[in-house]
Amino acid sequence: MKIIVSVKQVPARDSSLRVDAQGKWLEEADLTYEMNEPDAYALEEALQLKEKLGGEVVVLCAGPQRAAQTIREALAKGADRAIHIEWEERAAPDALTTAQLLANAVKPESPDFILTGLQSDDLGYGQTGVVLAELLGFAHATIVMEVEPQGDAVRVKRELEDGWFQHVSLPLPVVLTIQSGIKKLRYATLMGIKKAKTKEVKTIPASQLGIDLNSGLVMERIYLPTRSKKTQIFSGEPKQAAHQLVEKLKFEARVI
Amino acid sequence: MSVLVVLEQRGGKWNRTSFEALAAGQKIGQALATPVTAAVLGSNIDSLATEAAAFDIQKVFAIDDAALEQYTPDGYAAALEQLIQASTPKVVVFPHTYQVRDYAPKLATRFRKSLVSDVVDLKTVSGGLSYVRQLFQGKLNADIPAEGDLQFVSIQAGAFRAAEPASATNPIEQFRVKLDPSAIRSKPEAPYREAQRSVDLGAAPVIVSVGRGIKEKENLPVVEALANALGAELAASRPICDNGWLPMERQVGSSGQTVSPKVYFAVGISGAIQHLVGMKGSKTVVAINKDENAPIFETADYGIVGDLFEVVPALVEEIQKTKA
Repeated sequence: MKIIVSVKQVPARDSSLRVDAQGKWLEEADLTYEMNEPDAYALEEALQLKEKLGGEVVVLCAGPQRAAQTIREALAKGADRAIHIEWEERAAPDALTTAQLLANAVKPESPDFILTGLQSDDLGYGQTGVVLAELLGFAHATIVMEVEPQGDAVRVKRELEDGWFQHVSLPLPVVLTIQSGIKKLRYATLMGIKKAKTKEVKTIPASQLGIDLNSGLVMERIYLPTRSKKTQIFSGEPKQAAHQLVEKLKFEARVI
Repeated sequence: MSVLVVLEQRGGKWNRTSFEALAAGQKIGQALATPVTAAVLGSNIDSLATEAAAFDIQKVFAIDDAALEQYTPDGYAAALEQLIQASTPKVVVFPHTYQVRDYAPKLATRFRKSLVSDVVDLKTVSGGLSYVRQLFQGKLNADIPAEGDLQFVSIQAGAFRAAEPASATNPIEQFRVKLDPSAIRSKPEAPYREAQRSVDLGAAPVIVSVGRGIKEKENLPVVEALANALGAELAASRPICDNGWLPMERQVGSSGQTVSPKVYFAVGISGAIQHLVGMKGSKTVVAINKDENAPIFETADYGIVGDLFEVVPALVEEIQKTKA
């Protein structure tokens, strides 16, 4: 089985998000980066599928040069090789543009499975996997909790809303978008980190894939949301703040 | 030219967020000075179509086909593709549900468009319309100009007040689609709920909910002490349950329970939308978070910006003093 896992590098969760002077993106100097968390779960599922079925796990990642670090992390955890679609410019392409890049790069690989996280923690379009499936003509399922391979098909458990679930069977090849938390994530071993250095990373410049990175949706301005609700904030020493809060809950909200 | 709102039903029951999407669609229609239509898909949906026709819209498209009895992305995308080709709307609006997330990007791709997902507001700036969507789990907003001859937009739950029926009887057009059942690749089984929940957070008057800010399972007693002092149920945001630190049945949010207690304490929870939809109905919300820009403070009535490991014990002490 050939299993592709598509991962994205995103600003780390505890990064301070400062909008740049043009209001177009963030001050990148402030940011540290990590693998998008749902993609980390997709990688884990891919590695476990390979352990069950044999074959190889290929990491697919579109991003600037710094994304190489996230690719190495995936290789250190056990992926076999990687494809890095690299762009030079500062870009935040929309889901269709990203999926077009991914589709063009992955087509020659003829994979059986493509796994990716259900959404990214930065732009959060939550669409790249579904769009990729449509572009490649693959079946897909989203928000997947369990993956049960069945020969040339797969049965998955999907999460619906309000605590409902559903099993769905699909023919291969297939794109699955993986929900966070479905398996426990592994750590890279020292041996894994060492081995990763010798694994193949094929770099494809985005410009060679014939997709205009700046097409599609335009974010005209990004900004901190303005508060519409008047929240009473208690600052100062924790003890004092706690005292003020309890007073309010008791005499104003009358809830304790 | 029109705005087409796709309403969602399952097993003959509306997904109520459909009417929030309809309200957003009506606002978009006003901004673009264009009529609003609605679509309902399924099998044997006459009564739903009649209900939809009571809203303030131009007409309802009823797509009634045996192949749409159960939701599949192939079936829904094919049916709506045909409706869009025939009715040529300018904007197609969906509620941002799990189902929409499953097929709307596929549908938009057929027209080589990107879905503007998770829209929370509309803005009219110098005559032009922009969609406002969230980035970074609600920490930032982005304005996306409504451009192009065909736009796809999904509306976040809770962002618009649901439209009310206008007791009209607008026309219903039975829209026939050609669906090849053999082209529907996924075979869905019946949806189910996991074993009965032993904890019903929906009935709890006071809830203390904990998020990533707790850092480690070993730190849970810090918030347990607060729950005990308040006589509250302990709950959590998704990552805590994903890690197995608390059982899944204590999860509040779109994939967990929906709660509406008198007081909801959000401790170390940043307030991603998936969490907020589960607790928005709370009467009073108290947030404790070290990040003053955390979106939870938008929903909170009272907030303390600070280190929960200092604030929570101080709070426990104050509550015990009050109760003594």
